Amino acid sequence: MCLAIPVRVVERIDDTNAVVDLDGVRKTISLALVDDVRVGDYVIVHVGHALAKLDPAEAERTLALFASASAEPRP
Amino acid sequence: MSSVRSGYVRALDIKHGRVDLSHGAGGRAMAQLIEQLFAAAFDNEWLAQRNDAALLQRPDGRIVVSTDGHVVSPLFFPGGDIGCLAVHGTINDVAMLGARPLALSAGFILEEGLPLADLKRIVDSMARAARDAGVPVVTGDTKVVEAGKGDGVFITTTGIGVVPPGITIGGDRARPGDAVLLSGSIGDHGMAVMSQRESLAFGSEIVSDTAALHGLVAAMLAAAPDLRVLRDPTRGGLATTLNEIAAQSNVGMLIDEAAIAVRAQVQAACEFLGLDPLYVANEGKLVAVAPAGSADALLRAMRAHPLAREAALIGSVVDDPHRFVQMRTRFGGRRVVDWLSGDQLPRIC
Amino acid sequence: MKYIDEFRDGALAQRIAAAIAAEADPSRRYSFMEFCGGHTHAISRYGIGDLLPPPVRMVHGPGCPVCVLPIGRLELALQLALERRVVLCTYGDCLRVPASGGLSLLKAKARGADVRMVTSPADALAIARAEPAREVVFFAIGFETTAPPTALVIRDAARERIPNFSVVCNHVLTPAAITHILESPEVRRFGTLLLDGFVGPAHVSTVIGSRPYEFFAEEYGKPVVIAGFEPLDVMQAVLMLLRQVNEGRADVENEFSRAVTRDGNVKAQALVAEVFELRRSFEWRGLGEVPYSALRIREVFADYDAERRFGLVTRPVADNKACECGAILRGVKQPRDCKLFGTVCTPDNPIGSCMVSSEGACAAYYSYGRWREIPGVAEA
Repeated sequence: MCLAIPVRVVERIDDTNAVVDLDGVRKTISLALVDDVRVGDYVIVHVGHALAKLDPAEAERTLALFASASAEPRP
Repeated sequence: MSSVRSGYVRALDIKHGRVDLSHGAGGRAMAQLIEQLFAAAFDNEWLAQRNDAALLQRPDGRIVVSTDGHVVSPLFFPGGDIGCLAVHGTINDVAMLGARPLALSAGFILEEGLPLADLKRIVDSMARAARDAGVPVVTGDTKVVEAGKGDGVFITTTGIGVVPPGITIGGDRARPGDAVLLSGSIGDHGMAVMSQRESLAFGSEIVSDTAALHGLVAAMLAAAPDLRVLRDPTRGGLATTLNEIAAQSNVGMLIDEAAIAVRAQVQAACEFLGLDPLYVANEGKLVAVAPAGSADALLRAMRAHPLAREAALIGSVVDDPHRFVQMRTRFGGRRVVDWLSGDQLPRIC
Repeated sequence: MKYIDEFRDGALAQRIAAAIAAEADPSRRYSFMEFCGGHTHAISRYGIGDLLPPPVRMVHGPGCPVCVLPIGRLELALQLALERRVVLCTYGDCLRVPASGGLSLLKAKARGADVRMVTSPADALAIARAEPAREVVFFAIGFETTAPPTALVIRDAARERIPNFSVVCNHVLTPAAITHILESPEVRRFGTLLLDGFVGPAHVSTVIGSRPYEFFAEEYGKPVVIAGFEPLDVMQAVLMLLRQVNEGRADVENEFSRAVTRDGNVKAQALVAEVFELRRSFEWRGLGEVPYSALRIREVFADYDAERRFGLVTRPVADNKACECGAILRGVKQPRDCKLFGTVCTPDNPIGSCMVSSEGACAAYYSYGRWREIPGVAEA
């Protein structure tokens, strides 16, 4: 329902706005709805606004979950 | 029409001047525009005669004719402009029937107020494209419409070509078992144009792939004279072109998502806007359908050509009364690649 | 693309599919509702249906804000554009939805209405600043993901005292819709719709957190697994739901832990609470009136509420009698159960909004999956 994508923050423009990058495509978006975002962080962007920070540790954990859950199917 | 007497009329102010209604009125101003801008750029023996039509030698073979209206906005985009797009587009349409393009005509509908500098840039670009392709613009026309009634400039190009003997190419010739080939990455042109739309505001290095494909086609026909279908996936993208061919030939298709090249930035831009690259326009790519036995020779010839280094076998034609184009997804499932209903619109949901 | 491509890996998909097949009890059926239209779209686009074993069935829910937007609300936008001659800004998703007489915003544009597509509410406000002589109205749709940006633009407009900007608010709420489905006769009493669990929406949950779903798990005994947007997320969520059902559990689990926390985005929630309040009731296309399921703009921001500003009255418009969108949105029927599907109603000529939005169950099924139901299609 809500098209949102994880993108990397590459530049802070001012208090509110930042430039994000996805594989070389850059867009200016608003950080007004999320606190403590630094250059290098990944955020989930929807309609030009960051809604959440992406937790890289959790992302790795989830990927590991995919690999492990499928390796040992429970009876 | 009489040639302009210099000394009487001021030179065209390319730097600051704009198209006005007198440029389309058939009088001195129009003659000057044609002389100093159009004829100067295209500069060939036919235009030099200053007739309203061009006299050509009778070509030896079956004649192909094609026409296109070009209304792209914005007029200038990374990798090209409406001018070279027009030249390439019509050369390609002629080439898609297997024909060698011989000549082009170009009709311009100019909007009052269009800066002459922009017009010159477009015309010079067309001239360059025509020269590089070896296909002259032999005749043309100019009209001017009132401000607000045009999008800067509309260009209509018509091209003629001749088909070598023994070649029969057509959209209805695909047969079950045939190979489907694609000459390179998809989505570049459409996303390059989109990147210039202010309302979408994304920055990228995406460049239009606009190019004249007749040289590539000639090489392909030499390698595989039994080529059945050629088509360039312009508006509506690869998906639309494959569906058109399937419908015309009364067949189905099964293609492999993993075999279809999409540049990383094009994919990313599509993710941002919720678009599917399969439906995004291309202006320098072609789809070919040929008997399976000719696929290898074709691929070799294509990859040897600078415009098709990434040519790939993307699928095959199958027997299907429903004429579906099906695709094996990278993910391992299957989906139908359907017709587009209207333009693909960026979405938020 | 980082954090996207890894979650689309085909090899991992096969392995999760094998686990699902191994753990699904062949003697029973599992019906999981994916609430979110984005998940419906992903399931269709990646052919996830192909990877699930026969006992596991996905039921498409009403989480498509375009699909559940009543025609009467869309007609407010048409009224503003055609009669009041405002600059009507909205998302691309709304432009082709047909209202009465097949009139859409795109068709209104062809008739001379100033309809402009935006990809952010901030764009609409920028237009208002750039064109002070025109009334600019932003037609807002979406669930809880999309509401905070709308709230932000209203607050900004108020702070800057922009005199020519207002919003038609059609934001709707996820938990209310899930409750409505679980309370529907088909689920509660008749048992005709067997729902074993929910795949919770991805991005709505980044805003509202996982906490609101705990109520459903407890009250109705249905497990909820919040899933990310990518196809591997969906498959993993199905596996997790399957396991809960097999183990007799009804918990809220969070597969999308990389972006969803229990509390969600508190800042965004606070902003939404500042600008909006609950409507007592709101009509959802296909579901009827649903209590406390939608937002309206608070009195203090009345100047920016287009409904007040222009004195708009929402007229209920009945759907085509043969249209089954309602039943499809509630998960009670499949697209192919609708007489109009694929004949009169196609993506080119949509009768109901399940067909217009690419994530509507009918459009997704028509575009991506109808070949599977047609006998004799060649398997190459």
